[in-house]
Amino acid sequence: MSLEAVAQSLPALVDLPFREGYVTSIIYVSLYVSVVAVTLSTLFSIPVALAMGFTDFPGKQFVKSVINTGMGFPSVVVGLLVLFTVSNQGPLGELELIFTREAMIISQFVLATPPITAISLAAITGVSDNVREAARALGGTRLDVALVVIKEARYGIGTAVLAGFGRAISEVGSVLIVGGNITSSQGISKTRTLTTAIQLEARQGQYETAMILGAVLVAIVLVVNGIVVRIGDTGPMDR
Amino acid sequence: MSTAGCTGGDDGNSEGEGGSQENQGEQAAVAGETLTLTTTTSTYDTGLLDEIHPQFEEMYGVTVDAVAQGTGAALESARNGDSDVVMVHARGLEDEFMRNGYGINRRDLMFNDFVIVGSEDDPAGIQGMDSATEALTTIAEAEAQFVSRGDNSGTHTKELNLWEAAGTEPGGDWYQETGTGMGEALNIANQQGAYTLSDRGTFISQRSEIDLTILVQGPIEGGPEILANPYGVMAVNPGVHDNANYDLAMAYIGWITSPGAQEAIADYQMNGEQLFFPEAISEDPDFQQYVPEGWSSDSADE
Repeated sequence: MSLEAVAQSLPALVDLPFREGYVTSIIYVSLYVSVVAVTLSTLFSIPVALAMGFTDFPGKQFVKSVINTGMGFPSVVVGLLVLFTVSNQGPLGELELIFTREAMIISQFVLATPPITAISLAAITGVSDNVREAARALGGTRLDVALVVIKEARYGIGTAVLAGFGRAISEVGSVLIVGGNITSSQGISKTRTLTTAIQLEARQGQYETAMILGAVLVAIVLVVNGIVVRIGDTGPMDR
Repeated sequence: MSTAGCTGGDDGNSEGEGGSQENQGEQAAVAGETLTLTTTTSTYDTGLLDEIHPQFEEMYGVTVDAVAQGTGAALESARNGDSDVVMVHARGLEDEFMRNGYGINRRDLMFNDFVIVGSEDDPAGIQGMDSATEALTTIAEAEAQFVSRGDNSGTHTKELNLWEAAGTEPGGDWYQETGTGMGEALNIANQQGAYTLSDRGTFISQRSEIDLTILVQGPIEGGPEILANPYGVMAVNPGVHDNANYDLAMAYIGWITSPGAQEAIADYQMNGEQLFFPEAISEDPDFQQYVPEGWSSDSADE
């Protein structure tokens, strides 16, 4: 099922005082940005967690504490750092990423990576040494061993991805700063997410609509959790 | 929003692509481009921009990305070259922005006014005062709750100017800086029975949600001139930021100060009341609108 289809089926349940397509488009932007950011983050984090889980090197504890600190890093600060980076005056200014979804993906990537790495690492470290040694004894290459470990740790890794996704989709500070909370004048979101839309409603004292959008956000997180749990139970991890 | 023939995807092409797209549009050379406007929460949250922008977008085949930030932040984004045009309401900050070379071609755009609002029981007794500074002094003497935006916005700047004019230094438990937008500040004032300074537009758009009432009127309803709230629009100087989409910014300024758009601003109503009063068009030229207030060209020969 494509993201767009999910996004379009959800708001049918709620009737809000918004223009047609508004809620659908902010749900779409929320999912698009968070899913892309978390996917990239996962592709980055799992190899890092594997490498850290399989090797010992000086300063490993320090790297771990840096990652753990990153889990609690305030999203507004990340937003400001990304703003300085992608702003016209910043090192990536030439790319003109400010007030785009790409900038939002960058900041959510930064936010989601520490929890995904830390929780994956814990899961990978938790896989019994016997499993690794058995895989190695059966003549497995490094890659084979890694795949076996991933398979054993898949629930933990699934939790890690969900934690990262939860952080990304519920985060408001950084996407507001780097995305700009923009919709077109027809009310179709460009960089407005559910969280920044809630912030906008609250700013105007429209607490009821803010609450309804909040409920939509919670529903989406629930659905995504459900999907990931299902994949963990049956899915593509069994090769 | 269609970008046929554009390979970049529409969310990737932000402002300032003048060079790369010139050959693509079949209509005007600007077609398909995006203008980034940083502006204040009052112009955006009242719904004015969404109401009038479609006309501009259709006329030029472009998209306007309006980013509502508050005057201080809107100017800062422009200062960093992250927007093409700014629409704000704090002449002092606008002047500084221009003097520093970041903004050019400023035009007076429209105005409304500020009002001092509070709960109906009016604990400090300021209702009907003709002087905004006297009202603030009375609030300070009574140590009645006052909510300040505290966010370097146009309204906050105006509030600080008023305290200064009143010769009173606000501070103490009764004076709260919230660091929020106007709507939220009104809500906080509403919940605490506090006074606050609001632009009339945001107050009208939110009046049905809150129990606050206007205690000191602005000049639109015969109040003191000091509560006037003029909005200006400026292009980002392409000499400082060469990525700024200057052509389109000037097209925007030309359009929004045109009779058609000015009429649309005048016609925009909420809860049956006009929120903004156009002032771009006049028979008598006002040369001061283009330059920082009080600026004169003593060194120029011509």
